[in-house]
Amino acid sequence: MAVKVIIPTPLRAYAGKQESVELQAATVGEALSALTSRFGELKKHLYADDGRLRSFVNVYVNDEDIRYLQKDQTRVREGDTISIVPSIAGGS
Amino acid sequence: MEPVLKIREDLARRIQSHGVETYPHECCGALLGRDAENSREVLDLLPLENRRNDSPRNRFEVTPEDVRLAENTARAKQLDLIGWYHSHPDAPARPSEFDREHAWPWYSYIIVSIQARAPRDTRSWRLRDDRSAYDPEAIETAARSVGS
Repeated sequence: MAVKVIIPTPLRAYAGKQESVELQAATVGEALSALTSRFGELKKHLYADDGRLRSFVNVYVNDEDIRYLQKDQTRVREGDTISIVPSIAGGS
Repeated sequence: MEPVLKIREDLARRIQSHGVETYPHECCGALLGRDAENSREVLDLLPLENRRNDSPRNRFEVTPEDVRLAENTARAKQLDLIGWYHSHPDAPARPSEFDREHAWPWYSYIIVSIQARAPRDTRSWRLRDDRSAYDPEAIETAARSVGS
């Protein structure tokens, strides 16, 4: 299944300066794994040391948050768009 | 060379005023502007609500929905979403460990220190590529925008 992953502006420098990348995948997990295999430098900005997505990194298939679907097991269909959107957090 | 973030005086003052307004809670908002190879300039702000209701004195959160709103607002104004600002009430304008764990490189992170309801210093920071630390980004204020 060919899906499109939109690369957020701050991470484009680690993805060959591309705005989006087309990948073959059957699930969101497979798509992100293919993305970080192709662009190794992206991995540390998306995943924590324990291998889980960083708590502030949110992933959408089309406009649906995968947290409310089947998380990384969420199946994708031909032509789906995956977006990576941060939540911004911090404090003193 | 230390990166430079340009911002008009009135916009810099609006960030400080937002921090005073929400004191003793943290304020937050988006920086909209233009990013070029050797210059980055804030041209507008989008003040946002701090969604951390459980501990707003020392934490802030911008939800992904608000991040999308900021991206769309920037696009509609033909600008880029170049970073974020927040306040540190009664704490220095330095990023905390919590800030570092929840950040991406490239964005400019402006922090304004508010001490006893008065703005103290305002600083900008960028996360290193390897996520190990922040580097300071010089703030250059001007009465008028460089682009205008």
